[in-house]
Amino acid sequence: MRLLSIIGKRFSKNKLSVIGVVTVFLLITVSLCAPLIAPYNPTAIDVHNVLSPPDKQHLIGTDELGRDVLSRIIWGSRISLKVGFVAVGIAIMIGIVIGSIAGFYGGKVDALLMRFVDIMLAFPTFFLILAVIAILEPNIFTIMVVIGITSWMDVARLVRAEFLTLKETDFVSAAKAVGVSDKRLMFRHILPNALSPVFVAATFGVAGAILIESSLSFLGLGVQPPEPSWGNILTSGKDNIEVAWWLSLYPGLAILITVLSYNLVGEGLRDALDPRLWEAERIVRSNE
Amino acid sequence: MALLKVNSLKKYFPVKKGFMTAPALLKAVDGIDLSLDEDRVFALVGESGCGKSTVARLIVRLLPPTSGEVLFQGKNVFELSGDNLKAFRKSVQIIFQDPFSSLNPRKSILDTIAEPLKIHRIVEKIRIKDKVVELLNKVGLGSDILNRYPHEFSGGQRQRICIARSLAVSPKVIVADEPLSALDVSIQAQILNLLQELKREYRISFFFISHALKVVHYFSDSIGVMYLGKIVEHAKTEDLFREPFHPYTEILLSSAPTIIVQSDKDVRSRNLKLRTDMGEVPSPIDIPPGCPFHPRCPKKFEPCDNIIPELKETDGRLVSCHLF
Repeated sequence: MRLLSIIGKRFSKNKLSVIGVVTVFLLITVSLCAPLIAPYNPTAIDVHNVLSPPDKQHLIGTDELGRDVLSRIIWGSRISLKVGFVAVGIAIMIGIVIGSIAGFYGGKVDALLMRFVDIMLAFPTFFLILAVIAILEPNIFTIMVVIGITSWMDVARLVRAEFLTLKETDFVSAAKAVGVSDKRLMFRHILPNALSPVFVAATFGVAGAILIESSLSFLGLGVQPPEPSWGNILTSGKDNIEVAWWLSLYPGLAILITVLSYNLVGEGLRDALDPRLWEAERIVRSNE
Repeated sequence: MALLKVNSLKKYFPVKKGFMTAPALLKAVDGIDLSLDEDRVFALVGESGCGKSTVARLIVRLLPPTSGEVLFQGKNVFELSGDNLKAFRKSVQIIFQDPFSSLNPRKSILDTIAEPLKIHRIVEKIRIKDKVVELLNKVGLGSDILNRYPHEFSGGQRQRICIARSLAVSPKVIVADEPLSALDVSIQAQILNLLQELKREYRISFFFISHALKVVHYFSDSIGVMYLGKIVEHAKTEDLFREPFHPYTEILLSSAPTIIVQSDKDVRSRNLKLRTDMGEVPSPIDIPPGCPFHPRCPKKFEPCDNIIPELKETDGRLVSCHLF
């Protein structure tokens, strides 16, 4: 499609974002191929090699139970990826529906829905998640759902704001004058134009969700050992930080690189998807 | 019977002045009557901000009125629903001023023009593409643009695409809301010629809105001059251009830039300038008492600042001025 190739071209102008995309794809490949790549079983305990520093056998060392840290990080990336995408997927769906309805119908519907958003935003999200997880069983499924239903508000606000401006535009009026139904107007005409900030927010959202999951696992409320997650590897790193620096550094780096990559992608997308910039570009081109 | 009739149409917008104060009313359209016959062009002329575009949006039912009615083929369009509304949508189309915002940036030209064809089931599914090409050819564009997107086109081309979209449903009336004013002068003439051709070919009636009288001179059959939400003069085009009655019309006519070598007529019109010391058009939120035009009127006299003139018939036209 022509539009996609234009977006791709604009996106590739930002070198940092391209690096971000490459890294993200690399991370996805790694997590999908975890069983093939990981040199060891991530839960295999080796009592003879407890807390051994990085060497040829264990490239980035072992933890306090002798498990290979590299394998655990590789398997842990699956958790991060799953949590990131599923949580953001849930958040986007809720956000789009609530934002579209509020923005399109306006008035009382809008006021009601937006006050609900305000209430949700007033909760300190992280503590809300902690509280919910404390009641429910801490497993990856509850974490994904809970992160999803506590992080849709930004998307809803973005979609609503886009709807408010877009529904006054001439192309929406023209579509209305042609006889397009409300539903079609919302989802075929307005929503596709309202999606760019959502894509951007989603990319940043994946980074955010990965951070939340890591924090929860670090606190012992997320993924439960022996299942590996970057957060719970860090927990053992904290306990042994004086003797085993590799146990903190590498999972920390994994989180840093992943979050940074998603943020870079988000930034590149933001610029590539902004039609106002396209317009400016077109004018510059025509003046040349 | 008139094809389209507007009866004492009013549209007030509430304007918030501040927290806890009652909103003021912006009287965008303040009781106007118009009618458009079949195969005719009616032009509505006035300065920016006088409510012309609001009238356009009311007529195509994009806005609910404060009061009054718009009759299309005898039926009040604000009371239509379901199939009747759909039939109305098929019969009355609108072209907007800004061709840059009136096309969906995420839809290809094919999708944009095909949409009305699909909604009103104008042609069979397999013939949609042919029909779109036919419409594009009608407005002077080729089939090579089907899969392109609006941002790839210039203003004039986009306005042609908008015209093609409105033609798709074979409308009886096209409301054109300043379709030329966002375009370059050279393109304006082309688009105006295109509209004229289409009118001749399809016998479409036009409700043409413009702030420039010159543009509508050769296109319209009759003209309504609007000032602050009211019609101040309503006449046949030739009558109006031969001899404007209302002082406002006269000023509008004389203020249009002209390349005619100065003649006696121009000398006369030079004496008739807007009283610029009174500033711009008064705000439609506080319309002056009496004749709304009196603060800027060079011919104002005794009753103008306290008695509102009625729209009266004089010599086969309607004028609201105490002079007549």
